[in-house]
Amino acid sequence: MTANGNVIEPAGADAERWSLVIRPQRNLFDLRLGELWKYRDLTGLFVRRDFVSVYKQTILGPLWYLIQPILTTITFTVIFGRIARLPTDGLPQFLFYMSGTVVWTYFAECLNKTSNTFITNSQLFGKVYFPRLSVPISILFSNLVAFVIQFLLFLCFMLYFWVSGAGIHPNLWVLLTPLLILMMAGLGLGFGIIVSSLTTRYRDLRFLVTFGVQLWMYATPVIYPVSSIPERYRILIQANPITPLVETFRYAFLGAGAPNLLNLLYSGGFMVVVLTIGILLFNRIEATFMDTV
Amino acid sequence: MTIVIRVEDLSKEYRLGQISGGTLREDFSRWWARQRGKPDPYRKIGAVDHGNRLGEHIWALQNVSFNVEQGKVLGIIGRNGAGKSTLLKILSRITAPTSGEIKVMGRVASLLEVGTGFHPELTGRENIYLNGAILGMNQLEIARKFDEIVEFSEVPQFIDTPVKRYSSGMYVRLAFAVAAHLEPEILVVDEVLAVGDAEFQRKCLGKMSDVARSGRTVLFVSHNMSAVLRLTEETLVLDKGKLMMLAKTPQAVDFYMSSGFAQEGERRWLEDEIPASAAPFHPLSLHICNPRGQVIETVRSTESLTIEFAYRLDSPITGLRVGLYLQTARGEVALTTFDTDEASKFEAHRVRQSGSYISRCEIPADFLNEGRYILGVNASSYRVKRYFQDEQALTFSVDATGAPGAHWPETRQGLVRPRLNWQISSASEPPAFREALPAALSEQEATQHGLQ
Repeated sequence: MTANGNVIEPAGADAERWSLVIRPQRNLFDLRLGELWKYRDLTGLFVRRDFVSVYKQTILGPLWYLIQPILTTITFTVIFGRIARLPTDGLPQFLFYMSGTVVWTYFAECLNKTSNTFITNSQLFGKVYFPRLSVPISILFSNLVAFVIQFLLFLCFMLYFWVSGAGIHPNLWVLLTPLLILMMAGLGLGFGIIVSSLTTRYRDLRFLVTFGVQLWMYATPVIYPVSSIPERYRILIQANPITPLVETFRYAFLGAGAPNLLNLLYSGGFMVVVLTIGILLFNRIEATFMDTV
Repeated sequence: MTIVIRVEDLSKEYRLGQISGGTLREDFSRWWARQRGKPDPYRKIGAVDHGNRLGEHIWALQNVSFNVEQGKVLGIIGRNGAGKSTLLKILSRITAPTSGEIKVMGRVASLLEVGTGFHPELTGRENIYLNGAILGMNQLEIARKFDEIVEFSEVPQFIDTPVKRYSSGMYVRLAFAVAAHLEPEILVVDEVLAVGDAEFQRKCLGKMSDVARSGRTVLFVSHNMSAVLRLTEETLVLDKGKLMMLAKTPQAVDFYMSSGFAQEGERRWLEDEIPASAAPFHPLSLHICNPRGQVIETVRSTESLTIEFAYRLDSPITGLRVGLYLQTARGEVALTTFDTDEASKFEAHRVRQSGSYISRCEIPADFLNEGRYILGVNASSYRVKRYFQDEQALTFSVDATGAPGAHWPETRQGLVRPRLNWQISSASEPPAFREALPAALSEQEATQHGLQ
């Protein structure tokens, strides 16, 4: 232990001897995903924490997972269905809005919550190191819990309408559901961590996000079918990577709309690009963000 | 010995004031200028170099290099802003260095992280798992140590109660139990002695010794010189981000304490800090000096200290008394004193003419106990007017190195730590004067015999 290093290192001491080397800026593409995997227990515990703590000291507890989508759906049915009389591709209005809401909510929640990663966790990040990416990833999973509950609720309503003879036609496209979920999660995470990385420098983005996500919903066929959009504007709606996801989901379970694989492929490509940019950016920011909060 | 931490040419730069350009446009033009190899268009022209500051940038660490061998306990000392915490932050990967590198062998853990990530709504059991995972343990490791952790925490009966219902003592014990069972190869302890109760501090220090004894490495950052002396073998002195010295602890502490690095120990009042009602009294500055006249922040209890309060009178004041309050950090008043407490001095300075003055007071050596003190000032005419008062003008630390009883690693109760005159004598044997008596008698006898 000397200042001038006059302790002679044992022969053969080389880089491999060190378990950790701390350097200024890591290689741009050194994402240390292996480390993220090593900390998978932590990700799991974050999910558990979020799930357990969210509805503690609320009277209805996890029932809120069911109340939220039902209330939203009823609101949409009344405002957009009864008052504005928007078309629903001939589907029961309640099911039409609920299918859109369930899918959109998962994406929007993933985006909203991950976009706050650095701000809400600055206390924790300032004290101890762990792969920061495990926080937004845990958010995807805790939102997935809510999604699954709401999805099961949707299936119940679907079954009810089906039995009572409404014109809905579930088909083989339902097999794509896991892929749809993956793409919603991926897109939500990608956009979310891009925003969270940028908010460490430009705080105003936080307000923009809440507002922007709301607007985005209206640019997505949640409350209207793609078929109701005039042909020449349809390309704009189709440019939205969430559109094919909502359309495919609705077609798979309710049998109305016109999904195609090419559009889904577009969403998939979009997800890969956004996710890559997001992870690279996040990785770069996490090294020094504590200096800027 | 094997080197487990190698710090090479480590530097860390912080930007002062407003972080980043603030707007996208500024950042973009900066980036564009950099790409073309042009200077930063927003950098202040002719920014003056203030020691470690260059313009709006500050070097928290500058070209620091050192090695730590396995099993050593290394102290790190330096005044506030010297770079101690930055060094630990880089070492525990909370922030990245600007240049240079640290190579580490083994897991690094910090006692600073006690209770990090505890969630109030979760039970003790759930928090043990969560906290353990945050600190880098996997589920299996925690499950294996779970019973031991619970036992160590002394809260087994509340383990399934949400921790928000815990008393703060229980909370800290549980949190510490998790951290204590982490078994890192390198343990980092930062100022823990400043937080928690005496019991908790004792536990922390005990844990540190355990870790060191089992052949692992400890880095100990503290302002408490006697703790550094007691616990560490070698100590590193940082000042303004530079490594000033790395030597055997007594030598390093001595260098630090006598070099005047030990903080400003000075307070100057700005114009807008002085209320208009203070006129014609105008406070200027307050200093704490050691016997060598150096302005310091940490004083030794074994040395006297001089407090100098400089002020200006814009017109004469009759019956003025200028005084000091001394309080501990816990708010106990240690003493109140005025410069005209002596009746003769009061008579001599009945009217103070306009002009600049210094009221100087010496606090004797072996008087204050160790700890953090708050110095307040007051200027008033008794029962006429209070011109100026600042109850928290300055804080300083008293270090008990070499004080009576400092060889015992314990916190002494009490505000004062005088060197008292103790005598030890055995009660079962006759006291000293009786011992002397027979000898005197026999001498007498001898002379008598001699006379005969």
